[in-house]
Amino acid sequence: MFTPALIYIFILIVVIFSVTLVIAMYSTYAERKVAGFLQDRLGPNRAGPFGILQPVADGVKMFMKEEIIPDVSNKWLFILGPSVAMATCLMTSAVIPFGSGLTIGGTFYPMQVADVNIGILYVFGVVSIGVYGIMIGGWASNNKYSLLGALRASSQMISYEVAMGLSIIALVMMTGTLSVREIAAGQPGGHWNVLYQPLGFLIFIICAFAETNRAPFDLPECETELVGGYHTEYSSMKLGFYLFAEYINMFISAAVISTLYFGGYNMPFIGRFITDPNTLSLVGTAFLFGKIFFFIFFFMWVRWTIPRFRYDQLMNLGWKGLIPLAILNIFLTGLGMWFFGKVG
Amino acid sequence: MTLYLFYFLSFLAVLSALMVVVSKNPVHSVLYLIMTFFAIAGHYVLLNAQFLAAVHVIVYAGAIMVLFLYVIMMLNLNADTEPQKGKWLRVAATVAGGILMVVLVGALRSAADTLPVTAHDNQIGMIKNLGKVLYKDFMLPFEISSILFLVAMVGAVMLGKKEIK
Repeated sequence: MFTPALIYIFILIVVIFSVTLVIAMYSTYAERKVAGFLQDRLGPNRAGPFGILQPVADGVKMFMKEEIIPDVSNKWLFILGPSVAMATCLMTSAVIPFGSGLTIGGTFYPMQVADVNIGILYVFGVVSIGVYGIMIGGWASNNKYSLLGALRASSQMISYEVAMGLSIIALVMMTGTLSVREIAAGQPGGHWNVLYQPLGFLIFIICAFAETNRAPFDLPECETELVGGYHTEYSSMKLGFYLFAEYINMFISAAVISTLYFGGYNMPFIGRFITDPNTLSLVGTAFLFGKIFFFIFFFMWVRWTIPRFRYDQLMNLGWKGLIPLAILNIFLTGLGMWFFGKVG
Repeated sequence: MTLYLFYFLSFLAVLSALMVVVSKNPVHSVLYLIMTFFAIAGHYVLLNAQFLAAVHVIVYAGAIMVLFLYVIMMLNLNADTEPQKGKWLRVAATVAGGILMVVLVGALRSAADTLPVTAHDNQIGMIKNLGKVLYKDFMLPFEISSILFLVAMVGAVMLGKKEIK
């Protein structure tokens, strides 16, 4: 029953789970520090040296707050909303390869929880389920602002899922596989997919901003129009779950972008200096996390630089801008493969 | 293990399908329907058809049901505002549903004996094999069904236009 492979997978799940939570926790701190830096302020600096304990203090505060479930709300669905939001955002990391793998005692253990042959579709499936957390929560609050926020979120996420899927199709055409592991392994050296798919990458990253409800597309929680958006009625840790899910989604999006378009755990020239496969794999993991941190920073950079879109602008961009561009990208990729043969 | 999973998923599918009909609140009905779709996707995974399972979740649970939920939330149907049907209608519906079930059971009972007994190819659900079958053996039906989708899409856009010039 308890084979070494099973134990290894179990350890890996626990490690990825805790790493995800810690990174999401410190993303909240990083966001405020980056915002402070971009706006020429200091940011949090009271709790611990450089304010390093700020996320812990925030967590304690969230748990200590009074928890209010509105009397007119639908109680079960009110609780179900944040649970779904949190559960779905933690599911995606199962198919992301965090490194090539470790050889322990002659057996090869890949640093990935599950290598399913439809990896990308799994990511899309989980992302498309994620919208229910917001929708259910927004509706169950029985508040007009929450409902409007939830409706905005759902229509925004559905619209941008289409463009996202189309931008991935061009990538899949080029790599010839849906397995995330094979896509990551197919970008050795400097042959990152972003060099062959610049337009696809641009579409994908814009859609990733919209899917994670990050500024400039954070209309579901647009406070100038909707008070707090879909989580207006939420308090205590339920609100914390919604906010936290956004940061986890950001981490996962950064990981998916780095894996699909930026070579994943591959780094050019590194194979010349390190020969031991285990060390190489661990260094690859470090590089992957470097790329992920860069993209998390990029998410924050954009948030504190670009103002929020208007809702009709958002819809116009999605349906009239990105979807035709994504279809054009598929067409161009087909032409490229026809003339130059398959890349890689 | 697989057998227990099968029974669990079947139980979940049937139970949530029943709850779709029984529950008074339309939003609950939609959520139970989503649960039914997940149970069916689980069945696909048990049959080693991962692609079908993923597409099922993305298309049905992820897109169509979101639109269902969207419409129902916009209409804001509640148990209070919903007109309740009379007693006689309920009796009539039960009788009609029961008769339909008798017919279905009768039809399926004879079909069970005539099912062809072939060795199950457990790799057919893999995406490569599925793609080859779709694009080689069933090319024409596949293309025709995509034209059908295109027609439906054009029709929806035409209907959605405010005024036709």
